[in-house]
Amino acid sequence: MTALQKKDVNPIEHLTPEDVELIGKELDEIRQGVMDSRGEADARYIRRVIDVHRKIELGSRAVLLASGFPPAWIAGTIGLSIAKILENMEIGHNILHGQWDWMRDPKIHSTTWEWDMASPAEQWKHSHNELHHTYTNVIGKDNDLGYGIMRVDEDQPWTPMYLGQPLWSFINACFFEYGIAAYDLELGAVIAKKQTGDPEFRRRAKQVLVKIGRQVRKDYLIHPLLSGPNFVSTLAANFVANIVRNLWSNSVILCGHFPEGVETFEKKSIDGETRGEWYLRQMLGSANISGSKAMHTLTGNLSHQIEHHLFPDLPSNRYAEIAPKIRDLFERYGLNYHTAPLPQQVGSAWHKIIRLSLPNGWLENTTARNLPVQLAKLWKMTTGKPRVRRALLREQAAMAAAAA
Amino acid sequence: MTATAPRPTAARPTLRTLRDRALRLAELVTTPLLPADYLDLVHPLRPGADLRGRIEAVVPETRDAATVVIRPGADWRPHRPGQYVRIGIDVDGVRMWRAYSITSDLGRTDGCFTVTVKAIPDGKVSNHLVRRAEPGTIVQLDQATGEFCLPEQRPAKALFVTAGSGITPVMGILRNHPELDDVVLVHSAPTADDVVFGTELRDLAAAGRIRLVEQHTDTAGMLDAAAIAELVPDLAERATWACGPLGMLEALEEHWAAAGLADRLHTERFRPTVLVTGEGGTVTFTRNGTSLEADGATPILDAAEEAGVLMPSGCRMGICYGCVLPLREGAVRDLRTGEVTTAVPGDGVLVQTCISAAAGACDIDH
Repeated sequence: MTALQKKDVNPIEHLTPEDVELIGKELDEIRQGVMDSRGEADARYIRRVIDVHRKIELGSRAVLLASGFPPAWIAGTIGLSIAKILENMEIGHNILHGQWDWMRDPKIHSTTWEWDMASPAEQWKHSHNELHHTYTNVIGKDNDLGYGIMRVDEDQPWTPMYLGQPLWSFINACFFEYGIAAYDLELGAVIAKKQTGDPEFRRRAKQVLVKIGRQVRKDYLIHPLLSGPNFVSTLAANFVANIVRNLWSNSVILCGHFPEGVETFEKKSIDGETRGEWYLRQMLGSANISGSKAMHTLTGNLSHQIEHHLFPDLPSNRYAEIAPKIRDLFERYGLNYHTAPLPQQVGSAWHKIIRLSLPNGWLENTTARNLPVQLAKLWKMTTGKPRVRRALLREQAAMAAAAA
Repeated sequence: MTATAPRPTAARPTLRTLRDRALRLAELVTTPLLPADYLDLVHPLRPGADLRGRIEAVVPETRDAATVVIRPGADWRPHRPGQYVRIGIDVDGVRMWRAYSITSDLGRTDGCFTVTVKAIPDGKVSNHLVRRAEPGTIVQLDQATGEFCLPEQRPAKALFVTAGSGITPVMGILRNHPELDDVVLVHSAPTADDVVFGTELRDLAAAGRIRLVEQHTDTAGMLDAAAIAELVPDLAERATWACGPLGMLEALEEHWAAAGLADRLHTERFRPTVLVTGEGGTVTFTRNGTSLEADGATPILDAAEEAGVLMPSGCRMGICYGCVLPLREGAVRDLRTGEVTTAVPGDGVLVQTCISAAAGACDIDH
């Protein structure tokens, strides 16, 4: 993908500044409509989800006390995975966004909530709510784009190191909660700048370690110990449930901003951005997942990523209701409302991860027939001197351009 | 002389230690939640839980007043008649706290207490409680509090002056202090049908327990302090308790002070008077990081809640100090008196956010 401003065909070229402000005005009205009608039914919804989560979690952990018995292991592991997914997505993520602060219930409030996740709520709120939601898809500003470890844009120069990108993306997906914690700590940048001695960093790192310690102790020590002879199988069940939750949340998040066709933006494009322009960036920088009600709930309604990014603090149960209005707005202004079923969006995101792990054009230029030749060239680009690599990179780009 | 040092009779402390240890162990399993978060699902009124209550019944009293019967949680401490309780109830999904006088007889055998609520125009909570609250609803509670009570040394002669819902703490007192045998109650309400507890009061009067003076203001107009003095010739001998609208209370206070009886008058206020409005300003919550523009007429508490800040709050009328926060720097104006309070860093002046409006930029430590 290329930043929207550098594309040959700019998908928002047809919009006048007045159009953009009108879009903003319509969106403000949609938002106000939901704000004015928030009430008892919404409060009942989040309390019910919390209630269901706690019961599934307790029930599954109880069943897992007998995890030596295979059906108990399977049922308990499935239950615990679902509980962890609900807790992270529909409950934790959304409460920490302040979607339920209006209820003034101190037990369901963004300032008091803590979640079953390696990253402490306070740190995650900063990197997610303040940085990601403000600078959505702005290259160099929004670290959610590839989490600082991935090549997310054709304009980022390719180096052989990126060949490992699919592998480490997968490993990151499996241990996503730890990836997020490291990322909320800005661990990479701190190490690069040799600032690990900074007292503020140390305070935050300690917070993370304490949090991880508690989570690990619960899942991998206390719960297995309580299972007595079933120690190992309960430990395994917790491990699997954490991996399932991590893979799921990673997939949902990849679907939100990473499928092919979702736009990214240049840093300087947001200088002096108006409210309308900010809305427009959220509209073009997010992608939805279509599917059943259960799927929406399990994604924490991030399947309505476009609606969520437009209005991050509206209660998640209301996104489905405004989605048709938003879609209609997209259509009236000739914009692409990016939505597809989950497998398709996940596939698209992974296709992009793989494509960008390879030199620009390489994947498009490769067919079954020329595979050996292409592989040989890739080998040369990987092992050859920079001069050889540059020449071959140019060749691939030219081939792709000619084919297009 | 004892041969051995006395052993502490520590049955209860040991139990408590054991319970604390068990809870700490349970916390290891429930982290990041607390064991209480799970227990609340099944037993919200258990000992050790945050104080809550369950509405058992809502009994209409007049066309716009009802008595709410509440079963309090296990840690509820019995009230003193005349006290009020702060109740937090979700209205349209939003938690709102209000204070209501307790009206029940302490001798109730079912463990419940009652508050009697009059729906006031545009009153979100009062209308909800009177017209929509359902039995089974869980409400948040604070322990009963307030000083509108009889002294240990019961007065030989008492006068109660009430209007509207101002009868509620007095009903709480009358029901629980049958030993008061020389009572005059002067009560104002728009019509006879609007008198909350009308039948019960008239019965008390018929039985000779109280002398009841009903003033129906729709037809007879308001009573002023002088008229009360005329109605109750031995007023100077009576310890007096008054509860009702501010105008009435202020008039009474003035009259009693003029008669040199200020110390014999006890009053209960339910809503703050708004006398002045300041010029407003930017209110910053230093720990929370939120900044907002508040005008000079809006209590900081309301402005902050509107902006989504989770605020401690209480009676919302300046009496319970449940909303007090340190003003790190800046100026606030008391909406009742117009008095301006200023603070410079280090002062940490505590201000009641429910009756204070910004009178310039303020930093509040929260």
